[in-house]
Amino acid sequence: MNEQHYQKVLFRRKLVGKVLAFMCVMAAFSAFVLLVVLISKIFYDGWAYLNWDFITNFPSRFPSKAGVLSALTGSLWVIGLTCLIALPVGVGASIYLEEFAPKNRFTKLIDLNISNLAGVPSIVYGILGLVIFVRGFGFGRSILSASMTMALLILPIIIISSKEAIKAIPNATRYAALALGATRWQTVRDHVIPSALPAMMTGIILAVSRAIGESAPLLVVGALGYVAFNPKTPMDSFTVLPIQIFNWAARPKAEFHQLAASGIIVLLVVLLAMNSLAILIRYRYQRKLK
Amino acid sequence: MTSSPSGTDSLFARLLKLVTSQKHREKPVHAFLFFSAFVSVLTTFGIVWVLVKESLPFFAKVSVFDYLLGTQWNPLFRPQSFGVLPLVCGTFLIAFGAALVAIPFGVGTAIFLSEYASDRLRNFVKPVLEILSGIPTVVYGYFALTFITPILQKIFPSTEVFNALSGSIVVGIMALPMVASLSDDAMRSVPNALRYASYALGSTKFETSFRIVFPAALSGIVASFVLAISRAIGETMAVTLASGATPKLTLNPLESIQTMTAYIVQVSLGDTPQGTIEYQTIFVIGLTLFFITLMMNILSNRVLAKYKMRYET
Repeated sequence: MNEQHYQKVLFRRKLVGKVLAFMCVMAAFSAFVLLVVLISKIFYDGWAYLNWDFITNFPSRFPSKAGVLSALTGSLWVIGLTCLIALPVGVGASIYLEEFAPKNRFTKLIDLNISNLAGVPSIVYGILGLVIFVRGFGFGRSILSASMTMALLILPIIIISSKEAIKAIPNATRYAALALGATRWQTVRDHVIPSALPAMMTGIILAVSRAIGESAPLLVVGALGYVAFNPKTPMDSFTVLPIQIFNWAARPKAEFHQLAASGIIVLLVVLLAMNSLAILIRYRYQRKLK
Repeated sequence: MTSSPSGTDSLFARLLKLVTSQKHREKPVHAFLFFSAFVSVLTTFGIVWVLVKESLPFFAKVSVFDYLLGTQWNPLFRPQSFGVLPLVCGTFLIAFGAALVAIPFGVGTAIFLSEYASDRLRNFVKPVLEILSGIPTVVYGYFALTFITPILQKIFPSTEVFNALSGSIVVGIMALPMVASLSDDAMRSVPNALRYASYALGSTKFETSFRIVFPAALSGIVASFVLAISRAIGETMAVTLASGATPKLTLNPLESIQTMTAYIVQVSLGDTPQGTIEYQTIFVIGLTLFFITLMMNILSNRVLAKYKMRYET
């Protein structure tokens, strides 16, 4: 009698467990379904306008003549300058914090500050850039202002991932160099950085991908909606791919929605290229370690 | 200890000189490295200074109470009113809806990843999550506007073209990978001894996962919720595209609303003259936004710190 009751309850417990576990599997699977739906929807919409002219034309009122050339060059300009600013500063900060900083309250404060900065909404960086770079430094609504704003935005991500990469280098490397009479900077420059570089690159490329897709702060800094020329200097006005996409998507006409989808495909291809690079670097690095 | 051969002595002195001069030459490098780290402090000060300084003239004209408790937000047309509640309401409507999507799906995914999945399945699901989190927000905005909203309109005919629901669904999808991977990390760091003890007492697999591992990792999981909600509050492009520009004190997710971030975009896209009270509102909203997300991030750090201590002792 008792045994029977136990078996009944056990069966029910196992059944409930199986049903709920199945729901967890479905939750995980739904992420995959979503991704497939998202990508197919975009390709379905964007295929029509996607041809070579779309890459080489400037935006236009007429959907059939519109292209992403100015947005694409704008994005390349902004990303290039952002890297020039953010990479030395970000890597420098992570070296300082991991290798040179004394273990005191000030260092702790900087660390805490960086993790808080990583959580600040991107649009707030836009407001900072508007007041400091556009107006304060007088750079105007230019590529330079946009890149400096973007650099501040991705700095926390670069610093956090580079710190992890430096942390992973065993102390034996440092002691060996120091024992041979190298200064701390020589140790870092000739031994720590070269070994940490591949892991650092992965984090850096992820941060740069984030910058490529980010648009909210640049709207505040003053990217233009319609640019029919290629920027020549860092002081030129500009637009970037995500903002061009935003402009098209915000229009009511269906043709412009299709253009937005074509723009998204171009953006995704750029991102995919960046991320493949990151994976390639990680792969080569892992093989080297073996 | 008295005297050493003069040759070694001078060699030692020369070495010492070499090292000292090398150290001297490295001073600028040290200065640069320190400056790099200091940039982050400057950024924080810059943000706080800019937001506070530009908000002060606004609060000279509008009282803090009228701002925080006012139920009408209409700064761009006359008669103007500056009550932030409709924007806060819109923002939290989005964040709440996003949490309803991201939390169950994220936690489900995390339980699957940490307790059930084989390595092969894990290596399949993880990259999918990484890709989802790497897709630019403007793409999600497009998806909400052109895919989710039409579906919603078929289900609920009263759905407006811009509506809070569609925005909160995509923001939820965006936050899902974060909840999933942080909760997964938290559950994986629960020691196996707890699982074995639970099995030994006769629990089933799911009872172990849900009643033992889940509560043990709860602080890490809660921290991921708070971070996800904070991310949803700061989300800009998707909600601007999908949820409209109608500041409204409503709880109906099928209506058009406006979030704090979408308002900042609206003013940035227009040509509001600098120095006017309309222009100052973006700094006030920015300050409010900064304050809310900062509080949430500090909260999640606190929760996490507590959780770390539990496993170190």
